Amino acid sequence: MRLTPTVAGGAALCIGLLAGNAAFAGATLDAVKKKGFVQCGVSTGLPGFSSTNDKGEWTGLDVDVCRAIAAAVFGDGSKVKFTPLTSKERFTALQSGEVDILSRNTTWSLQRDTALGLNFTNVTYYDGQGFMVPKKLEVTSAKELDGAAVCVQPGTTTELNLSDYFRGNGMKFTPVVFENDDEIRVAFEQGRCDVFTTDASGLYSNRLGMPTPDDYVVLPEIISKEPLGPAVRQGDDEWENVGRWTVNALITAEELGVTSENVEEMKGSSDNPNVKRLLGTEDTMGEYLKLDADWAVNAIKAVGNYGEVFERNVGQGSPLKIERGLNALWTNGGILYAPPIR
Amino acid sequence: MALDRLNESVPQPALSAKEAPKAPVWADPFWRGLAAQVAVVLGLLVFIWYIVENTRENLARLHIASGFNFVNNTAGFDVGFALIPYSATSTYGDALLVGFLNTLLVAGLGIVFATVIGFVMGILRLSNNWLVAKLATVYVETLRNIPLLLQLLFWYTAVLSPLPRPANSLTLFDVIFLNNRGLTLPKPVLGEGAGIPILVALVLGIIAAWALGRWAKTRLERTGRPFPSVIVGACLVVGLPILAFLVQGAPLTFEYAEETRFALRGGVNVVPELVALLLGLSLYTAAFIAEIVRSGILAVSKGQWEASEALGLERGPTLRLVVIPQAMRVIIPPLTSQYLNLTKNSSLAVAIAYPDLVAIGGTVLNQTGQAIEIVLVWMVVYVTLSLTTSLLMNWYNARKALVER
Repeated sequence: MRLTPTVAGGAALCIGLLAGNAAFAGATLDAVKKKGFVQCGVSTGLPGFSSTNDKGEWTGLDVDVCRAIAAAVFGDGSKVKFTPLTSKERFTALQSGEVDILSRNTTWSLQRDTALGLNFTNVTYYDGQGFMVPKKLEVTSAKELDGAAVCVQPGTTTELNLSDYFRGNGMKFTPVVFENDDEIRVAFEQGRCDVFTTDASGLYSNRLGMPTPDDYVVLPEIISKEPLGPAVRQGDDEWENVGRWTVNALITAEELGVTSENVEEMKGSSDNPNVKRLLGTEDTMGEYLKLDADWAVNAIKAVGNYGEVFERNVGQGSPLKIERGLNALWTNGGILYAPPIR
Repeated sequence: MALDRLNESVPQPALSAKEAPKAPVWADPFWRGLAAQVAVVLGLLVFIWYIVENTRENLARLHIASGFNFVNNTAGFDVGFALIPYSATSTYGDALLVGFLNTLLVAGLGIVFATVIGFVMGILRLSNNWLVAKLATVYVETLRNIPLLLQLLFWYTAVLSPLPRPANSLTLFDVIFLNNRGLTLPKPVLGEGAGIPILVALVLGIIAAWALGRWAKTRLERTGRPFPSVIVGACLVVGLPILAFLVQGAPLTFEYAEETRFALRGGVNVVPELVALLLGLSLYTAAFIAEIVRSGILAVSKGQWEASEALGLERGPTLRLVVIPQAMRVIIPPLTSQYLNLTKNSSLAVAIAYPDLVAIGGTVLNQTGQAIEIVLVWMVVYVTLSLTTSLLMNWYNARKALVER
């Protein structure tokens, strides 16, 4: 039953490939404008990144990226529909055109950027893979995990890093592989596996989903680089530009002190040429992107600047309370650095 | 004109076939029919070629890798349960093979268990004992009316997962352990080189038992004197290897599981995913097989029972020697369908983390992004498995079918 989306995606891909002679270059932006909304692929439920709240609305950092893009295109952040995808379904869904953009805590890697026919637009969250264990096992370091059973999601970079790490340290482990976060959580809680591994942010997020979060501890080791970001199909530069520069606009807005609160005011009053270019009162950035002059204003109004998005979803304004760390602006000791908007 | 060909087959004394006015080839129904068939086949081939070419072109345009070269690339991920040596440095091809063998294992074992349970339950449902018959009815009606996926989740999440952690395993003399990582048994380790004589003895035993069976059958037909060939044959098959083993000085040691910090190490471990899947598949399919067996037995006419009783046979031998052999003719064809269903249903393994072909294929699909190739592999493997099962069962059916003269 769980397979159906994968198979359906595969079938859709086959049919799409058979029928689709329409060139994709530049097609997505036009198609999105025509249908009136952005179809956005998200996770099946990872609090902080993409999950539904008690009102049934999608929230999270990955979700806000899609909302910002919808706002940049339509001037309205609600013109977006979400497709929840498991780790196994996500790429097929994007390749087959089922979604326009994949914003699903997905790691940017060379192979995915090339052989899978995808292009990653930005890094929206710098992450790294970690391990979570029950406190009662009294493990203090990942180096002590020899012989453990490890719960992991299939088809992820996590799965590959895990094998690399244990092999590199001459340790053995038994993988226990589940597709959904919920299934993994249950298996981990019931003790089918000793260790739960995924991106550190995902561990904190999943820990919150446990009945007794305090019984679990995230080990200090971070064993990999996991730059997470949205991806689009290769060969569609226009759409790729929209995705890339919307995220860059959010980062630049934080740098320039533009927030969802003051964006209208700054649009009218600011004399800073950088701000004016970002907010479309000087030069014609929107035109280059084939969007309205207000594209960035709308995106910032819809979700706020990157800092606001971060704090609301995963930072101090959220139950996760993750520190900015690497994800702080380059001016604040992080590595977040957007190319100039000019 | 069109009737010419027909007329040829009718003897016509006045006009021999040779002298009949020949129709032109394009008007001859035989050649016309042939031409139409060739055209259809050619059309189909062209259509397939078009599909393949078009798909390839579009994949290339979308910059998605295609082809089967990926099977030689390093997989990089581990698999929890494999029948052949497999590690993260093995290839994607190896990974798919591991998945295929795991599917075969669970389907094969499932078929055996389902058949045994199904036959027992089917016969019990016809029992004269009210309680036994009703219990069998409850079993059949409950299990075949609950979706298989729910049953799998029940066995896995509700029955096997709540077992204690490895540190508090349920254990029998510290030799057999049961915990939420599965069942751990001591692993028998044969002394070096001891395996081959035992294997030879086994083969000899099988040949001897077969020869004995033939001899006993001939003697029975000629003289009417029965010989307990089944029991003696079984003794030969089991006894000869044991003898070979003992002659070598019983070179057998056991590797016992040891407790480590996280799990038990060593021994043979039967993972809970396999157990849950086997339980779910066998019990579910057995419920259907029970009904098939019941229908088969009921299809044998009452007169056969009565004739058998008249000969003085007890109920057991009546069933074994008279009724079941006749019932098999009714049972085998629908039984084949159940075997096929079981094999295909084994793909639900993915829901409880058993690494079967679909689960591992899905991972490979995701790591390589080659959806079409993997879906193709899935389809080919399941079709091949199903056709092979059908073929074997049809052959068996042909042997059991009533020989009509």
